[in-house]
Amino acid sequence: MVGRMSTSSENSKLNYILHLADNSLILGQRLGEWCGHGPVLEQDIALTNIALDLIGQARYFYQYAALTDNRGKSEDHYPYFRGEREFKNFLLLEQPNMDWAYTMARQFYYDSYCFVMYTEMLKSKDEQLVSIASKAIKEVSYHLKYSSEWVIRMGDGTEESHEKVQNAVNDLWEYCGEFFETTQYESEMIEQGIAVDASKLKEKWLRSVGEIFNEATLIMPEGKWFQTGGKEGVHTENLGYILTDLQYIQKTMPGLSW
Amino acid sequence: MAISKEAIYKTLSTVVDPEIPVITIEELGILKNVEIEGDKVIVFITPTYSGCPAMNMIELEMRTALLAEGIQKFEIKTVLFPPWTTDWISDSGLQKMKAFGIAPPEKTSRSKRVLFGETINVECPQCGSTNTEMVSRFGSTACKAMYRCLDCKEPFDYFKCL
Repeated sequence: MVGRMSTSSENSKLNYILHLADNSLILGQRLGEWCGHGPVLEQDIALTNIALDLIGQARYFYQYAALTDNRGKSEDHYPYFRGEREFKNFLLLEQPNMDWAYTMARQFYYDSYCFVMYTEMLKSKDEQLVSIASKAIKEVSYHLKYSSEWVIRMGDGTEESHEKVQNAVNDLWEYCGEFFETTQYESEMIEQGIAVDASKLKEKWLRSVGEIFNEATLIMPEGKWFQTGGKEGVHTENLGYILTDLQYIQKTMPGLSW
Repeated sequence: MAISKEAIYKTLSTVVDPEIPVITIEELGILKNVEIEGDKVIVFITPTYSGCPAMNMIELEMRTALLAEGIQKFEIKTVLFPPWTTDWISDSGLQKMKAFGIAPPEKTSRSKRVLFGETINVECPQCGSTNTEMVSRFGSTACKAMYRCLDCKEPFDYFKCL
């Protein structure tokens, strides 16, 4: 497996925090691409608001990563100066925005995951993770309401909107299996009661996604094969392009600030 | 230290929210407390929303207020736990918010924390009617949603209950 692997538990903890941070950052960046391009003003504002929450959560995690990492890096080091293979976000989150149906399907799958994951994280033995989770869960619940409403509206809407959102949930399904995989850095942290054991969240996630799909008259995808690797730094080609945009200024003029 | 922590708290409690400039950070529940360690002042604040861009501005204004009092050695620390809730907004804050044209949040203890089917009666800050509807879950800032009054027809911001 590629990525910074280490047997020390300090490194496992850092990797786990970075995985959480990268998830928020990459989806936040993707949503930011909608800024000025939303179908209507209200939805444009909604997505940038969600992006803002996610970037804020990412910052808490990067700040915590900087404290955990004994190399004395600042929080900015992690988003701006790491390479693609060091990012540990889910593959789902780097998938392109495509259209409204894809953007909402991606959001809905991830919000549903975050809701169950952060709820579990409130029981972590790590105080700072509990603090961040207690903050994030409030924001994520609101995001989940929003994305659920859109999945229902499109699914139970016109023939065209139904087809579009059904295709989107079908296409993105293969990226959801990764939510419930356990990496080496996680298993060590799960043992210590720090990380959430996501492998145990699948049933809950399936149930909550199923409820909304039911209301949305959508058919739950049945694919059993899942694309994985993001958590360990093996990404789809999309991430490289995202980072090119995200890191350009800092790589050209390191340390530049407003 | 010549200046007491109560005096410092009082100074800082005049800093206002840049988005709702009629409400102070004390009324919003953002300013937690002030401690003095040796010759250093430590101020604890808590953010409303994780990505709230006003927090940077608020910190800057706090710095300015402290420097104006001649306090040079200080640190502003952010605490996340327990997470901020709209229940911490003081009654005077809620009243000022309404007078400013923003419908204040309900108390969270009164709102049902369910995913759907929540029925909250948001009162129009202009005419007081509860015959209102939500236009968008997200508004001009992370903490607000957009509503409109079906009686006086005015659009308005609702400070989301968190």
